[in-house]
Amino acid sequence: MTPANPMTRRKDRIDDLAATAGSDRAAAVREAGSVDEKPGVSLIASAWQRLRRSPVFLIGAAITLVFVVLALVSPLIAPHDPAANLLLDQVRPQSNPIPGPQPGYPLGADDVGRDLLSRLLVGSQQTLIVGVFATIFGLTGGMTLGILAGAFGGWVDSLVMRIVDVLLSIPSLLLAFSIAALATRPSQLTVIIAVAAVQVPIFARLLRGSMLAQRHSDHVLAARALGVTERAVVFRHMLPNSLGPVIVQSTLVLAVSIIDAAALSFLGLGNPNDRQPEWGQMLGRAQPFIYDNPHLAVYPALCIIVVALGFTLMGESLREALDPKTRR
Amino acid sequence: MTATATTPGSSRHGDEPLLSVRDLRVTFTRQGEDPFTAVDGVSFDVRPGQTVGLVGESGCGKSVTSLAIMGLLPARGNRVEGTATFEGTDLLTLAKDKMRDRRGRDIAMIFQDPLSSLNPVVPIGRQVTEVLERHKSMSRKAATPVARELLDRVGIPDPDRRLTDYPHQLSGGMRQRALIAMALACEPRLLIADEPTTALDVTIQAQILGLLKELVTESGTALVMITHDLGVVAGLCDEVNVLYGGRIVERGRRHELFASPRHPYTTGLLASIPRLDGARGAPLTPIPGSVADNLPWEHACAFAPRCSQPVDRCTEQSPELEHDDGGRALRCFNPVEATS
Repeated sequence: MTPANPMTRRKDRIDDLAATAGSDRAAAVREAGSVDEKPGVSLIASAWQRLRRSPVFLIGAAITLVFVVLALVSPLIAPHDPAANLLLDQVRPQSNPIPGPQPGYPLGADDVGRDLLSRLLVGSQQTLIVGVFATIFGLTGGMTLGILAGAFGGWVDSLVMRIVDVLLSIPSLLLAFSIAALATRPSQLTVIIAVAAVQVPIFARLLRGSMLAQRHSDHVLAARALGVTERAVVFRHMLPNSLGPVIVQSTLVLAVSIIDAAALSFLGLGNPNDRQPEWGQMLGRAQPFIYDNPHLAVYPALCIIVVALGFTLMGESLREALDPKTRR
Repeated sequence: MTATATTPGSSRHGDEPLLSVRDLRVTFTRQGEDPFTAVDGVSFDVRPGQTVGLVGESGCGKSVTSLAIMGLLPARGNRVEGTATFEGTDLLTLAKDKMRDRRGRDIAMIFQDPLSSLNPVVPIGRQVTEVLERHKSMSRKAATPVARELLDRVGIPDPDRRLTDYPHQLSGGMRQRALIAMALACEPRLLIADEPTTALDVTIQAQILGLLKELVTESGTALVMITHDLGVVAGLCDEVNVLYGGRIVERGRRHELFASPRHPYTTGLLASIPRLDGARGAPLTPIPGSVADNLPWEHACAFAPRCSQPVDRCTEQSPELEHDDGGRALRCFNPVEATS
């Protein structure tokens, strides 16, 4: 940015002032007491107006949207059956174990001759399911504990928070592995539960913290002074004002769940049925061929990274938009 | 004794007190700390339709008094003694859920900061209807026109639109009006206003005070006005209680108190107000020292270290609140000479 001509700068400034003065006059014309021209603009609505102009959010949202749509329609648009060993006759275990790209198979096939592109596309479905359900379960569990602790306080709060502290003291992936390893028959559900369990203490602590802040706020005192029942105080006054950070956290948790679930599958703790492709599991299967055919690992890894990035970008810009301190 | 039993204005200025506070004492106890007595034996009466002022500087116990009467002090860490009889019922010993039924219906309260006292994520209209739904068992649909009427009555322009507005879209004065609408929704017989104008600028202050005055006169609601601002007291209160260090040091009807203050603290407060008819550039007369200099009441007058005319007795003995026949009361060994 080159320093502008002082005269132009000055002119800009005057234009600015003129614009502000104009809007001031407009504000004065409206009746006294009005601060905002649009009726009923909630915090959420004004956050949305900021988000619409944020490039970071738009990129994140675009990635997420493409991913979700692909996951939903993948069985229809996948060129081949992801479970069919179509190119098995080209697999030569000694000389060339991986059939390369060829007409009809743009990314080639895996070590048992299944179309790689179809597996990647259909794999997005499992990833979406794990991410969404792990987040929902984690959110439900965490919110229940957080509301308990934040609403009752006292010994309930102490008890819940000690449990949460214990869970948080274990490294999150280790905790997920331990829970997944408990299952006698690994499946997609055990992955979801393991990944969700890791998120429960995070949500609980987050919600409890903001509920506690609300507990001592003036509007909660004012509501009590009007005789509002304790249940209404908790659910109508404390909870809605505490949800902001939790909503943001859940978009970030979506990204973390996808990565965690991939890690579990990679280590063989996920769904053993490889007729249902999953990115982490594909990554695991690519391990023996990583030197000669790195593309087998690169494609699913890229998918995981891009999707996790999309959710993270979206979550971060959401956090920024909802945080009054970063508002511009 | 239900909310509908009293018709507004019927028992105005009756002789039976509506609220009778006797020897209210609030002690805060924290583990490992000495207990601190914030309110120390405060007694006063509020009659129907009357406006009573509690005046004093920060930390004199006026807000704690109001929270104790409302039963809104935190559940732990404090001890409340004495009685606060409201229409024959002691509010301080009332069961929690009974008290909750009364708050908002029989007794309501307005707070200092109108923005933070409104729920930021709920539209104004719903915050008003919530009170009606709670105490009058109205449906939200039935309560909405009532809420609109209330907003109109407290002087909010375009109430239809304001029903769906959020608190951040209203100016400070509008917010305080909305809070007053919520407090008056169920026509309480007692309204406690805790510094209702402190967060507002001067012109809005005057409007809000005017509104409060109008509403209490119209409906016969008794008003307890808690403030540090003697100007507010002068414009509104029938009776004034001056608090210092958790005790009432002087009480009197408004005109008498302002015309001839007897306690050195009251004269100090009055002298520290800038006057329009004073000499230009003349310095204000502050009360020296701060509340931190207080002596314990048990063995002395708490105000003695800051007093303009202390005598030896002030640091040896605790003065009692002495009542005279005319409704005045004074807690002082060496009062200022009466001027009238």
